[in-house]
Amino acid sequence: MKTLLMIGCSVCLLVCSSTLALAAGTIKIGALFSVTGPPAFLGEPERNTAKMVVDGINRAGGIRGQKVELIAYDTVGDPTKAVQMATRLIKDDHVVAIIGPSTTGETMAVIPVVERAHVPLISCAAGSKITDPVKHYVFKTAQNDGLAVAKIYDYLQRHRQQRVAILTVSDGFGASGREQLKALAPRYGIRLVVDDTYGPKDTDMTSQLTRIRASQAQALIVWGTNPGPAVIARNARQLGFRLPIYMSHGVSSKKFIALAGSAAEGLKLPSGKVIVADALPKKDPQKNALLAFVKGYQHQYRQEGDHFGGHAWDAVMLLKGAIERGGATPAAIRDALERTRNFHGIGGTFNYSAADHAGLTKDAFIMVEVRNRGWVIAN
Amino acid sequence: MRRGLLNYLLVAVCILLAPLFFSGSYLLNVLVFAGINTMLAVALNLLVGYAGQISLGHAAFFGLGAYLSGVLTTTYGWDPWLTMPVAALSVGILAFIVGFPILKLKGHYLAMATLGLGIIVYIVFNEWVDVTGGPSGLSGIPNLHLGTLVFDGDRRNYYLVWSCALCCMLLSCNLANSRLGRAFRAIHDAEVAARVLGVNARLLKVQVFALSAAVCALAGSLYAHVMTFIEPATFGFNTSVELLTMVVIGGLGSTYGPFLGALLLTLLPEFLRVMRDYDIVFYGGMLMVMTIFLPGGLVRGIPGLWHKPLALRRAKGDAADA
Repeated sequence: MKTLLMIGCSVCLLVCSSTLALAAGTIKIGALFSVTGPPAFLGEPERNTAKMVVDGINRAGGIRGQKVELIAYDTVGDPTKAVQMATRLIKDDHVVAIIGPSTTGETMAVIPVVERAHVPLISCAAGSKITDPVKHYVFKTAQNDGLAVAKIYDYLQRHRQQRVAILTVSDGFGASGREQLKALAPRYGIRLVVDDTYGPKDTDMTSQLTRIRASQAQALIVWGTNPGPAVIARNARQLGFRLPIYMSHGVSSKKFIALAGSAAEGLKLPSGKVIVADALPKKDPQKNALLAFVKGYQHQYRQEGDHFGGHAWDAVMLLKGAIERGGATPAAIRDALERTRNFHGIGGTFNYSAADHAGLTKDAFIMVEVRNRGWVIAN
Repeated sequence: MRRGLLNYLLVAVCILLAPLFFSGSYLLNVLVFAGINTMLAVALNLLVGYAGQISLGHAAFFGLGAYLSGVLTTTYGWDPWLTMPVAALSVGILAFIVGFPILKLKGHYLAMATLGLGIIVYIVFNEWVDVTGGPSGLSGIPNLHLGTLVFDGDRRNYYLVWSCALCCMLLSCNLANSRLGRAFRAIHDAEVAARVLGVNARLLKVQVFALSAAVCALAGSLYAHVMTFIEPATFGFNTSVELLTMVVIGGLGSTYGPFLGALLLTLLPEFLRVMRDYDIVFYGGMLMVMTIFLPGGLVRGIPGLWHKPLALRRAKGDAADA
């Protein structure tokens, strides 16, 4: 019985490996995205974008005359699955580099695997602990949450709002945001007078808002991803809440405006520049890349490109640059990646170094405001 | 008994030789997790298959083992080999204490209570950020090591995990054939009758619950040290249900059933990847077909498929003779 199973397994394995026969002269890049599962909202645009960019590179003749092959696996948002698929990319597919995974948890689980195999990884997840402390083979393209916090605090400081209430969601995104909000507050002379949380599936946050309204807070910062912040915006409107509300970059998509409706008007948040690509001044160094990405995505998928797709765009383009400069072996790619300077991508202007594998500053973000159901740059 | 030993040895040899077929492939890595799932399924089967008590919260014990090992080794710098028995023992004791009120319940109510237990533990993992690292998980858990031999490669982890899994299977085999095992089955079939015959049903149920929890905690510790990263989502309600599915698909109340179930449910998604976006549909379909046509689980159903045509032919032959 066991032997039967074993024979079955071996046959399947043979079939799999023969279909993946080596195509000579191509550069193989692996990708791990959670295209299904809870983080599908990240993984799907990331995979779509990566495919689009790689197709574009191949149409233009490849990198140094070599075609690029993208091997993408779905991780379902599960760290165990991510580890298995990373092992598959390295051992069975022999990729030279991996982009993804989509979430911080999956990335943390995959790091030991790539470090041991000496294969460079460019994560599309935001958690700052991915590159802090620096790992030899691990880079990331998504902006650190700390940069978004710094952008808001910078704005608050300029507008003389010092007493702040924070309301964060109790999941990975909210926990990381809360940590950064608390850590950076003293540096900007900000005092957190209320520190409250809500559950990712909560449908009413009136009680938290009532408590905040009764406090001395001059502004409220909400840290979460859809749909929670939209519920908060609506509750605040119902309560006649007067404090200015700041959201996180986690809701900088049209979906948020659709969910919150008119209650979104006037809310401010730090965001990557994708959503205001058209409105950016001509001299912005990222403008060309942003417009190319937005138009390309619109053309291919009939949807608007978002930040998450942008992370994958940056990852593929960074790899392309590194292979052009250094060659297509994992070690050369790693070394060339680390020497990347002034790469103007979607998420910001990247400057990697031996001490910094995240490569961005708070200028990667821009403060935007919701006006007339669209985004405008806040001043 | 002799035949049981032979079966066990056959399975053990197959498991120990499997890496020869899979070396250099990621499937070895998948098989490491299949080993952990086997331990969990075998442990759950002690409770569900033998004693006939349902649990929808076993992922909680799995998670408690993982988090105890993770927190004690990273935050407090304990030796991993020391934390494993400590974790298993303390989870066992916890289950023993919780087991008394919970296992008084029967049927749907027991299912609800264990479900609640699982959800409570999951919420604690998520919300007790200072200790567990919260939803963003706990990283930097050390690998196990023996002297200078560090269990960090797939092959080493394979042997580490599967030797533990084989021990669990041996334990399960022996338990099933002992006086206790017979008592469990008596409780399963008719609890009142068992009590009339002098079986201390209440204590036995709690004991098997605790044993099952302790083995799950051990599997959790192994998971933590193999992955070196854990996050609460791994130990949620879905995992509890998946474990139960492994036991049911494999075959309730046998040692090799859960083993086959765990192997199948861990490996099947990998083989179905060829079907791209339709893999989930096919996966669900296969599970339905298996439960309909192999109601006793794989362990009884597959030999049954074999015997059925034989029996048919024999019946035909008899009819022709007559």
